[in-house]
Amino acid sequence: MAPEIVLAAQEQQQSTQPKSVKKGVEGEAKPTREAEKKDEQTPTAAKSTATRTETFVFGIPQNGLTKKERQVPLDEPPPLAQNSELKYIGKPTPRYDGMAKATGRGKYTADIQLPGMLYARMVDATIPHGRITSVDTSAAEALPGVKAIHVIEHTFGIAALRDPKQEAPSKYPVIRYAGQPIAAVAATSPQIASDAAALIKVTYDRMPFVVDKQDARAPDAPTVFPGPADAEGSAGGGGGPKNVPQVGNVHGPERKKVGDVDKGFSEADAVVEGEYFTQVQTHSALETHGFVVDWKPEEVTVYASTQGTASVRDEFAEVFKLPKSQVRVITEFMGGGFGAKFGAGNEGVVAAHLSRKAKLPVKLMLDRKQEHIVCNRPDSHQKLKIGAKKDGTLTAISLTSYGTAGVGTGAGTAGPATNLYKCPNLLTEEYDVFINAGPGAAFRAPGHPQGCFAFEQAIDELAVKLDMDPMDLRDKIDESPTRRVERKIIRERTNWKTRKAAGVDTGPVKRGMGIAQSVWYRFINMDSSCEVRVSRDGSVEIMSSVQDLGTGTKTLLAIVVAEEFGISPADVVIRIGDTRYPIGPNSGGSVTAGSITPAVRNASYQARQKLFAAAAPKLSTTADNLEMRGGKVVFKNDESKSYSLKQIAAKMPTSEISARVTRGPEYAKERITYGGVDYVELAVDTETGRVHIEKVFGAHDCGRPINPLGVISQINGGILQGISYALFEDRVMDRKQGYMLNANLENYKIIGAREVPEIEIELVENYIAQSSTDAAGIGESAGIITLAAAIGNAFYNATGVRMRKIPMTPANVLAALGRVSQEETA
Amino acid sequence: MNKFAFVDCTTVDQALAELKDGAVIKAGGIDLLDLMKDGIVTPPKLVNIRNVSSLRGITASKDGLHLGPLATLSELAAHPEIQRDYSALADAAGHAATPQIRNMATLGGNLTQRPRCWYFRSSDFDCKKKGAGSDECHAHEGENQYHAVMNNSTCAMVHPSSTAVPLLAMNAQVEITSKRGKRSVPISEFYVPPEKSLINETVLQTGEIITGIFVPAPESGTRSAYQKYGEKESFDWPLADAGIVLVMEGERCRKAAVVMGVAAPTPIRSQAAEAVLTGATINEATARAAAKAAMQGATPLSQNGFKVQLFQTAIYRTILLAAGQMQRDPSAIG
Repeated sequence: MAPEIVLAAQEQQQSTQPKSVKKGVEGEAKPTREAEKKDEQTPTAAKSTATRTETFVFGIPQNGLTKKERQVPLDEPPPLAQNSELKYIGKPTPRYDGMAKATGRGKYTADIQLPGMLYARMVDATIPHGRITSVDTSAAEALPGVKAIHVIEHTFGIAALRDPKQEAPSKYPVIRYAGQPIAAVAATSPQIASDAAALIKVTYDRMPFVVDKQDARAPDAPTVFPGPADAEGSAGGGGGPKNVPQVGNVHGPERKKVGDVDKGFSEADAVVEGEYFTQVQTHSALETHGFVVDWKPEEVTVYASTQGTASVRDEFAEVFKLPKSQVRVITEFMGGGFGAKFGAGNEGVVAAHLSRKAKLPVKLMLDRKQEHIVCNRPDSHQKLKIGAKKDGTLTAISLTSYGTAGVGTGAGTAGPATNLYKCPNLLTEEYDVFINAGPGAAFRAPGHPQGCFAFEQAIDELAVKLDMDPMDLRDKIDESPTRRVERKIIRERTNWKTRKAAGVDTGPVKRGMGIAQSVWYRFINMDSSCEVRVSRDGSVEIMSSVQDLGTGTKTLLAIVVAEEFGISPADVVIRIGDTRYPIGPNSGGSVTAGSITPAVRNASYQARQKLFAAAAPKLSTTADNLEMRGGKVVFKNDESKSYSLKQIAAKMPTSEISARVTRGPEYAKERITYGGVDYVELAVDTETGRVHIEKVFGAHDCGRPINPLGVISQINGGILQGISYALFEDRVMDRKQGYMLNANLENYKIIGAREVPEIEIELVENYIAQSSTDAAGIGESAGIITLAAAIGNAFYNATGVRMRKIPMTPANVLAALGRVSQEETA
Repeated sequence: MNKFAFVDCTTVDQALAELKDGAVIKAGGIDLLDLMKDGIVTPPKLVNIRNVSSLRGITASKDGLHLGPLATLSELAAHPEIQRDYSALADAAGHAATPQIRNMATLGGNLTQRPRCWYFRSSDFDCKKKGAGSDECHAHEGENQYHAVMNNSTCAMVHPSSTAVPLLAMNAQVEITSKRGKRSVPISEFYVPPEKSLINETVLQTGEIITGIFVPAPESGTRSAYQKYGEKESFDWPLADAGIVLVMEGERCRKAAVVMGVAAPTPIRSQAAEAVLTGATINEATARAAAKAAMQGATPLSQNGFKVQLFQTAIYRTILLAAGQMQRDPSAIG
């Protein structure tokens, strides 16, 4: 994979688990790694360009807003007022392309039809571990309608041996998981492709395998790799530490140490200790991974279901040794990625090989079974110990975690333990365990849902031990001013005040409530550019390669442009998801809103200033006498002179005016984190093991919310995905044969309409004076991190029993409640 | 999916004439399509009986309930007389699958659907149910959290049909037609345990079609209910269920039928539970005692011991629901 793709991933991985001893203290002067890198490449605003001093609104409205002075480049617009004083920013705006999506007009990758297009089908390994001895494609080649066959020489997504000589060379990759792609065929219809795929005969030398993480840790377990192996991440994160020790299948530890935990525990008045287990979750995006590749000698056009048009372009260029200028990637509509769709991947590379061979466009969409196998959130087994003083002050945290990302790495879980609260003594040891199963991938807040499930339950347990209200304990140990406000909102707006002691309900159905908190980080991708164009008829367009993976990016950009031009967001034409436009950020790590919106606002402002300059002479005034007010262009010195954008644009001497802007650096070096507090009310039926979530109240922050409707929609989705993770989802591997048993949406269980609780969301505005928009992403800290922990805490409150294992299915719940007798589990 | 021929029929005779050389019947097509997509069956020809009008209809008469095998689950669930006099059947039909599926799925198809065992349904595995090539039941030593807790020593599949559960409790009859004529089979003999046949789950032979289901009229004082339990409320297969028919004389139960669906490879009656209820006053204590009796002799596998508890809950709560002593359980699924 291209180094430039990897770089961001490594940073994200590391940033998720910072080496820094100082933890998530908002406002603390600690640059993110992204900022450090940025500083090496791009001088800060103050150093490089002429600047002016501006005064920004700062802080959280609930605490009273203050002012903050910043040096701002001269070509940037004046600071925005707080949301309540703006026309479009901060106002709920319906999804820009909602109607197109709902009516089917929006064309996703799977909908793309090109003249002469072929359909491709992957041939996957039918064994979990072994070496291919032959691939016979002759029968498939002879089938009428088959136009191209490609046998894979390098499989993406699998960790690589540090010393490749430890394995005998072969023209075929070693098979390390059942379902690993081996070859693909392109034909004139999906049926022929499928028939042809079945005719490709693969023979294997089987090798011993292991798909159970616990078994894989045993000293005599079959090894997935004959020696140490490391995995690359993607532009969305994933991948684990490199060059750590490896014994058998156990890769690690990555060790982080602050202070002295032994000393910390000896100083503690109370210690809680527990083991926690989380399962493998598959991404299950509604649109499976897929590509349509149209390979032409002059340009390769790639329609991709991706979170990163730029990262896909870069990987195609890298793999096929093409200039980036000859690869075009298009993602107009996208049906979900959750972190698993960056780069070309096996399916993209294969589709390109087939298209090149057949000289025709090729569509390759994975089926649902393949989708479940190619990516997942690693599982975890965490041993966590926390020590605290009587007043709650934390004295020590120690965490050892083992997780499996299958044939990959990246199962670390230490993010929450490291970054949520201040603690002087910390020791975390994270291990990856290789098994013969599909690779892990970045998945919405990598490592955090697992880590939070353990850590925030342990904090809850500590509150019980210290006889403190869990909110009070967090008030004591949590330095985040936003989460303090969020807890206050939850105390006031939920039933928290009426919370009972744990397990006091009589009867089989018991009710409880609990909270959990999340932390996420401000990452900025400097590859955030756009062009804003105004035509003489007054129409406005914005162009960037940034993609909307379903989060509402198009709407976000429309609002920002609309605010500058005083026109309705619906009247802004959004052209994104095409690498022919100025490069935009890949959407991973919640970077999109924070990265691209300042470029969009600055470009809008600059285009508008150019427009004013061009039109002013025809209005017999000067550009600096024009300003936008209430959706009109008015003379500063004569309010009676008021024009619509159309009227002003008509005065343009040329038929269009545009501005192209790349995002500038953050205004100040500050380590900024975001978070949220989620509150859950639930009922546990102790005779059926069913957990029914009755209410979720989430209080969240993401800088300045640009479109509250979009932000809330993201949080709703995160909460539902979090409930689904906590209660239902679980990849089941057959330990005897090594296959995934529930690679479908029937037995891989995902939350349905009837499991959706009442959800209420409160957004906390948090003005940070870091960019011309102060926007930030919400994707990761949107409930997916907290829900399992909040449900665990509410479960404890209901039953007096601590659920240390998810999913909380009837089987696991009844076992935890002691309702499954030993003879029944024979 | 394999290529196949498709024949549309409008009469039973026409359908019977087409049923040869590996052809299979297609009614709602719900289960068949799944099986074909997963490559579990590869029929050369589908005989579509959906347009055979004589197989439709629901008639409630004095002697009982006459059901056409093409009656959809939605129609059964919405039928006022079924809701009133055969409420367990309305419950079972109305809580199966999803509204969309219930609109297409037929009673005949529901009764003859194939097992959901993930080893059976996966093209990655051969198993003894799939005929040649394997004499294994992978569930015995494998991942068996959803599998049978009774009669599971040969094959640990669970019976998949919800409607079969109340129909067994109500002593329904299945009318089967072939070129040779008609025969009527009590539903208690309709399902074949794996010990008798691994390949066929019912007594239906090649060339036979279900042409009717008859449910005898309930005795006076009859009350019935069906509930199922599992992981999800939306579109999920039950992990435990219970169909209960009680013939009441005042507070006392004169006759009881207690049936479990997903406990074993076929729907089974629990004589032990029925014995507890018969002659007893129905209350929480007797209901729980019956539930406990029903699970005596259960033989759970390595991962499904919890189903024993789940069945006990399903049975006691459904007895109380049938007796009118409890509301429909919010913890039930579907």
